[in-house]
Amino acid sequence: MIHQFRGPVWTFGDDISTDHIISGKYLGTTDSKAFAAHAFEAVDPTWAKKVKAGDLIVAGDNFGCGSSREQAPIALKTLGVSAILANSFARIFFRNAINLGFPVLECPGLRRKVNAGDVLEVDMARGEVRLPSGEITRFNALPPNVLEILEAGGLVAKIRAELSPKSS
Amino acid sequence: MAGHTITEKILARASRSEVVRPGQIVDGSVDLLYMHEMLAMALLPFNEIGTLKVWDPSKIVVTLDHWVPPPTPEIAKMHQTIREFCRTQGIQRFHDVGDHGIVHQLIAERGYAQPWDLVIGSDSHTNMVGAVGAFAAGIGATDTAAVMATGRLWLRVPETLRVDIHGRLSERTGAKDVILKVIGTTGDDGARYAAVEFTGPTVKAFPMNERFVLCNMTTEMGAKVGMIEADQVTKEYLAHAGRPFREIRSDEDAAFARTFTIDVDGMGPQVACPSNPANLKPVEEVEGTKIDVAFLGSCTNARIEDLRIAAGLLKGEKVARGVRFQITPASQNIYRQALKEGLIEIFMDAGATFTSSTCGPCFGGHMGTLAGDEVCISSTNRNYPGRMGSPQAQVYLASPWTVTASAIHGEIRDPRKV
Repeated sequence: MIHQFRGPVWTFGDDISTDHIISGKYLGTTDSKAFAAHAFEAVDPTWAKKVKAGDLIVAGDNFGCGSSREQAPIALKTLGVSAILANSFARIFFRNAINLGFPVLECPGLRRKVNAGDVLEVDMARGEVRLPSGEITRFNALPPNVLEILEAGGLVAKIRAELSPKSS
Repeated sequence: MAGHTITEKILARASRSEVVRPGQIVDGSVDLLYMHEMLAMALLPFNEIGTLKVWDPSKIVVTLDHWVPPPTPEIAKMHQTIREFCRTQGIQRFHDVGDHGIVHQLIAERGYAQPWDLVIGSDSHTNMVGAVGAFAAGIGATDTAAVMATGRLWLRVPETLRVDIHGRLSERTGAKDVILKVIGTTGDDGARYAAVEFTGPTVKAFPMNERFVLCNMTTEMGAKVGMIEADQVTKEYLAHAGRPFREIRSDEDAAFARTFTIDVDGMGPQVACPSNPANLKPVEEVEGTKIDVAFLGSCTNARIEDLRIAAGLLKGEKVARGVRFQITPASQNIYRQALKEGLIEIFMDAGATFTSSTCGPCFGGHMGTLAGDEVCISSTNRNYPGRMGSPQAQVYLASPWTVTASAIHGEIRDPRKV
């Protein structure tokens, strides 16, 4: 897992649902690139073309509410978004992202301190976010078992390591 | 020491622990894993894990529901892949097109989930199944793959919020109106990560079809699970499906994180307005809103009882000119029952369209999606932008009563006035 990220921010509000992130009409495939091409189309039809690898998302409360579709975090990860920081996350989206090895960090109160385009620095080990003003905000520490999944690079890698002989 | 909630009892049993408390992480042994087309997405991580075989094919149920029948060659191929996987893995309870249903309804009506079970489903509305006194939670593709490979899933024991409901509802008002009221009260993240348990005389008096509606839409409160204690009503429902029964209820001294007491005495129909399920208004405040589409379908409200409500209002009436009213039953069994009871003929005479069971319209996938300038009243569960088609479409969520009354009048209408 990469322990530090630095990148410009895309901001979103509260209650951003999986329908905002990837519409149901694009789910009839298993191709990650197809999901990525339509990410956030309901909010901004050109978003997927504008976002760049290394960008960050900062959102309000309840990010990723709605469906269990893992295509939502897959779309954002495929586009190269390095992490999502939100006041809070919906539970299935949170699990899905962690399972993909995609950092999702609960950072209550961050949203109102950040403007679109601000460059943030995220330090996973210290649990800190540095704002352009130099102000440092802490995000909630991930529970140890969740951190283990993230550090392994996702749930598949963690289970593979557990199932494989210890000698390797 | 305080007693235990239903959630704590089930998770203690499933993790072979003496006692579990909220906040604890447990490793749960899954009693039932069920999947729809998300199985195709789960195959990628499942193959990467590399166990080759599922942990126990007798504990897995699979059906096709999101795209039935398949609207594109790519989805037909996806169905083939799922069909072949179930065959090679020895999954007997694969319900193919023809024997299909929206998975939560299929699980409920076949009695596949029982009180005390740890049920995991590859869909957010798995919460519905908790109405039988199970712990039923939805997960995504990678977690699904993990359960397929190992039969286990880590779970944080959730706090339980009790929603205690009292009072006698107004005419032509039911569980859908109650749950919209609850969501409007708590917000669409009012139960994030929590278990929601419904109690109180109004809930006890509800038959199973209404109890399923309550638990179904705990998803729209952000809940991990929704549940109702297993009682005589549950017992009779499961006996009908030929399934065993074991009572479960929260202890009198169980620790609830919070109790919401909701008085619904005299409450009439409720409507969730665009574009959030918590954007609640009593029907009186939105009456007269012109509609283009009315939809009666989904795991939330497309059971035989809902279809009977629609037929009762539609008999001798016509769907308003320019409105398309689509009715999509939640399963093939419901379709057959509607046929036997003559409901389909009533729908057709009224100018409604009746389709095979699918999730299609509810999630904007196929078989009835919305254009940007269309306004829809729907018996489904979510109305976020783009949910049922174009992000510009406006979706109002309501009960089968309100949806049907509105279809007849071409505008949102209080069903008590028709």
